[in-house]
Amino acid sequence: MVTKSRNAILVSALRVSALCIVLAGFALAQGGGELRFCLHSEPKTFDPLKVEDDASVSIRYLTGGVLLRINRQTQALEPELAQSWKVSKDAKQITFKLRSGISFSDGTPFSAEDVVYTVRQLMDPALHSPTGDSFRSGPGIVETRIISPTDISITFPAPVAGLDRQFDQVAILSAHSPKKEMAVLGPFMVADYKPGATVLLVRNPNYWKTDAQGKKLPYLDSIRLDIQPNRDVEMLRFKRGEVDLINSLDSEYFDKLWQIAPQVVHDAGPSLDSEQMWFNQVEKSPLPAYKKTWFRSASFRRAISEAINRDDLSRVVFRGHAQPAVGPISPANKFWFNAKLSAAAAYSRDAALKALQGEGFQLQNGTLKDKDGNEVVFSIITNSGNKYRERMATMIQEDLGKIGIKVNVVTLDFPSLIERMTQTFEYEAVLLGLTNTGLDPNEQMNVWLSSSENHQWNPSEKTPETAWEAEIDKLMREQASSADARARKKAFDRVQEIVVDEVPFIYLVNRNALSAVAADVQGASPVILSPQTFWNADRLEVKGERLALK
Amino acid sequence: MRLFRNNAWRTLACAVLLVVVVVSLAANWLAPAGYAKQYREATDAAPSGQHWLGTDEIGRDRFARVLYGTRISLLLAPAAALLSTLMAALIGGLAGYLGGTWTRAAMAVTDLFLSLPWLFLLITVRAVMPLNVTPLASVVVTFLLLGLLGWTSAARVLCATAGSLRDSDFVRQARALGVRPLRLFWLHVLPNLKPVLYAQFWISIPVFILTEANLGILGLGVAEPMPSWGSLLRELEGLVSLGEEPWKFVPLVLLAVVVTSFQFVLSEQQEAAA
Repeated sequence: MVTKSRNAILVSALRVSALCIVLAGFALAQGGGELRFCLHSEPKTFDPLKVEDDASVSIRYLTGGVLLRINRQTQALEPELAQSWKVSKDAKQITFKLRSGISFSDGTPFSAEDVVYTVRQLMDPALHSPTGDSFRSGPGIVETRIISPTDISITFPAPVAGLDRQFDQVAILSAHSPKKEMAVLGPFMVADYKPGATVLLVRNPNYWKTDAQGKKLPYLDSIRLDIQPNRDVEMLRFKRGEVDLINSLDSEYFDKLWQIAPQVVHDAGPSLDSEQMWFNQVEKSPLPAYKKTWFRSASFRRAISEAINRDDLSRVVFRGHAQPAVGPISPANKFWFNAKLSAAAAYSRDAALKALQGEGFQLQNGTLKDKDGNEVVFSIITNSGNKYRERMATMIQEDLGKIGIKVNVVTLDFPSLIERMTQTFEYEAVLLGLTNTGLDPNEQMNVWLSSSENHQWNPSEKTPETAWEAEIDKLMREQASSADARARKKAFDRVQEIVVDEVPFIYLVNRNALSAVAADVQGASPVILSPQTFWNADRLEVKGERLALK
Repeated sequence: MRLFRNNAWRTLACAVLLVVVVVSLAANWLAPAGYAKQYREATDAAPSGQHWLGTDEIGRDRFARVLYGTRISLLLAPAAALLSTLMAALIGGLAGYLGGTWTRAAMAVTDLFLSLPWLFLLITVRAVMPLNVTPLASVVVTFLLLGLLGWTSAARVLCATAGSLRDSDFVRQARALGVRPLRLFWLHVLPNLKPVLYAQFWISIPVFILTEANLGILGLGVAEPMPSWGSLLRELEGLVSLGEEPWKFVPLVLLAVVVTSFQFVLSEQQEAAA
């Protein structure tokens, strides 16, 4: 009897202790809950300077502290670890005034030495930092100078276009922490990593930001990132309430989710991404001479552009979740978009045919022929497995068929397609998309410079083959070496005008930025810039019960 | 009684195949608007009086596409099967009949072909083909490739059968009477290979239909706007329940029915071969 009562007391004591531990846990946690979403690939590194893949970029965004941050909503540059900054007129030097009293996640104090250490690491050629590449504008050494404990200047050997905005990507490392890159200044830190399964991020206890009420940020206790490459499974798990966010949603899935729970899906409008088509203009390509003449003619390209019904592409292929593309820059890029180019090329079959007839083409028995009697037939290649591109190509096939042009749609596996585009040049037209992650035109230098390998319609030109390409080269170099935002904008506006006029790319649509956010996530306001749904992760909260969608 | 039941199933299978073939051949009359016309104001529509099986994502009449796709798959798969069976008879049958080094050499080539990853081979061949081919030519080339690459399994069976015939009494007697080897092969061996050839032919048809469907799902094979069962089955991507849009499952049901019908017809041929 005595033994029984002792056991009962022991069990009660254990229960009370367990309850105390749980309550203590709750007290320590801020109660923001755990956010869950999927990474579509394994993160290749946790070192923020070596980041290249999307998964690692997401982790860097959530864990890294930066001097300046592009506000994903306003697209304006805002101070973070730096209170203020100044770029020299020659765009070679930037001076930062740093915040004081900030510590890394392991308690190591943040100082100007950390910035110096980070910049040296970033520019170390032995590290091959992809982030550092965007700062390498010319040969020479980058000089860093600590002016005072909170003031630092960095001088580059040549002008760096958009210098201050580039620091959005530079997560500051600790020069002294034994934890190396795992000591962070961002809102979260990596707590656990199970390869192939999950990355667990927990709140950084030393994060420096507070909200308007003085409450420490971030609100969330943790973020669980499940590694899930399959988008169908991601969608299914979202429906079951197992994940809270989907960053880039397919338009078909968007509509399906909208039918069952319209409050969880968000269409933020046109994104920076574009779908485009271009003709092979490579002189040494093995195409017949008469086809090269067509493809190198701006009038021919303009007529093709006019004969494509972009409204239908947006409405049918993307179910209305896309906008007809105006030019090389999406209207979503608020600063750099040339507002004079306000409308996409109008669809007009008659105008297209008239323009072609003006160039000597003739419509005979429903078939368009050039002045030498060659039937106008060409193939459009696109990557197999991308149903949206296949549908666009099939619709373009029908549109061009209406003016007597025969189009053969060919889907190829991606490596074969790239080989044809970049090595053998055995293709006539390509339909592909361009994913833009950055806003600055400098990030498109590799597309616009005629000497570049990614100058897709005619790569690696020794000297510009046309006057308009020479002008684009000049303008792109001008804007890249200037610190004057207005001068840069003027130069890049002109580039956009040339591209719209000469049509090296036939821009088709800008897909909308679609995302899904579960109802239990509070504070989310999806935007077009990446990361669309968790750009304000430090202010998100997960509250309430996770419910499956029915 | 069991025999009757089997015969009834075979008769039914033959009738089903006949109906499917006849209806697909009548596509021009049953669906005069054609498989390529895009009704862009009625995309992804449910079945209606105008579109009996609704429309696909870019507004093409699904009924027309099913009919034309069936016609393409059902006409070209037997053609590819015929080609592969003839190649198998020539390579496997002749090598088995000649014996010795010929058999070993032919089987080495067959093993090499069998060890090749088919799908990747087809993708590679498609990638190096000229781009400017009409959709019709792409269909023919796809099935031609299937036929040219699909003879290996049948060749092994035929090689073994021809090898056993080579040592049979009637062949020895013919040889002793002075019949020339090729004449002997043509008049005495080949007719005895017929049941195996029939069986291999019927086996190959559903295999080629399914292979083309697989290629179609990968976005390879038959070019747009021409339909095939493979391209029609791609519509099922992303569908999570049968009840969602059941009319989209018609090509899948048709494929299952046709392949099953072939299996019933095939079982008769296998019994005959045995």
